[in-house]
Amino acid sequence: MSVKIKLDFTLNSRPVNIEVPAEMTVLNLLRDGLDLKGTKYACGEGECGACTIEVDGRTINSCLMMAVDLQGREVMTIEGMQEGHALHPMQQAFVDHGAVQCGFCMPGMIIQANYLVKQNPELTREEMKRGLEGNICRCTGYTKVLDAVAAVVGLNERRN
Amino acid sequence: MSEIERYIAPNQLDDALEALAGGPVTIVAGATDLTPQITGGKRVYKATLMNIQHIEGLNAVTKKDGKIRIGSLVTVSEIRGNPMLKKHGGILCQAANHFASEQIRNAATIGGNICNASPAGDMIIPFLVLGAAVELARWQDDRIETRSVPLDEFFTGPGRSVARDDELLTAVIFDVPPENSIGFFRKSGPRPALEISTVSIGIGGDFSDGTLKNVRVAFGAVGPTALRGKLTEAALEGKTLNQDVIQAAALAARQDVSPIDDIRATKWYRTHLIGVFTEELLNNVCQN
Repeated sequence: MSVKIKLDFTLNSRPVNIEVPAEMTVLNLLRDGLDLKGTKYACGEGECGACTIEVDGRTINSCLMMAVDLQGREVMTIEGMQEGHALHPMQQAFVDHGAVQCGFCMPGMIIQANYLVKQNPELTREEMKRGLEGNICRCTGYTKVLDAVAAVVGLNERRN
Repeated sequence: MSEIERYIAPNQLDDALEALAGGPVTIVAGATDLTPQITGGKRVYKATLMNIQHIEGLNAVTKKDGKIRIGSLVTVSEIRGNPMLKKHGGILCQAANHFASEQIRNAATIGGNICNASPAGDMIIPFLVLGAAVELARWQDDRIETRSVPLDEFFTGPGRSVARDDELLTAVIFDVPPENSIGFFRKSGPRPALEISTVSIGIGGDFSDGTLKNVRVAFGAVGPTALRGKLTEAALEGKTLNQDVIQAAALAARQDVSPIDDIRATKWYRTHLIGVFTEELLNNVCQN
């Protein structure tokens, strides 16, 4: 067994103090160490995006990141997007547009879509496609996913 | 997977270099290559795991005294969106734009992409075209000693380079290209994102009155390392671009490369693509 390392970081706005084996990935820490099963394991090598989370405001593949590297960082997973019992507007848009079929890729897809809109509230459909390249969905064909993200961008424009 | 006995995350370069001098260390930054290599059984951890992401001074892009210096911890996303590089090293931004996915670009570092020494490493190609050198630092006689290695002398084989076990790549440095410089990058794979290149190519130089000078051509995934296309460069140097020159360069390009058959493509197809892309990029130069 590798050496264990003490970690302090913020997860979905709450402090976490935990000891992790030095070789553990962030995904394994979230799912097995912290019992947050929203973030999915699929390819395990950064090709599919199902494990996408936000770390310090940037999205990454949690299957590739080492848990020890979370020290001092702020993490948001799909569990942190909801506001109380209300769905986040991005989650609601995915529901409203029928963007979800089997749902396995959706936590990563929604985290990534939300990140793209935060980066650029006037995202074009082409930019959405580029930004979601790292998130593979085997069910939907993506059209309704893009419709959902477009609706959120439209919503933001009306608010402005 | 072997055991990690010690984990360190130094803030200062000298602490990191001292640790490297003390021996066997696995260096990790973005971990986008390391993790799949470990889980795939291609690499094992050494006794010490060193996270270099907290080392001060390795994450800046600066332009000073006619040189551009990119710290080894700069991510591919940062290169892609850097306005100064768009102006003075546009080919870097082109390659960054076609690199993996947003999530991987956000984590992957320039130093990692170079030190991984993949023949298909996408960021290596534009750096070769820009004539870049890497800065390697090590701990010697109680102080930091650095040396500069031209990138086209850095790679010795797949996954191998001239960097010693006690050296850390701290920066990539190149001359600010002149105003009339051009640079084009192209890669090929079955889909536009998340592809390990079937082949990749970069062409750059100074372009005035239809003539290319100081030409540099680089190819990826067509040999044991990313490589400079010396025959292609000779076919282009000082020439006024026309269809005869472009055809001669495309032929030279096919002779420059020595690809293999593998899971991604055959030797024949890779050689063919190199010719096609050389022609395509040179036509882009003409239309520039």
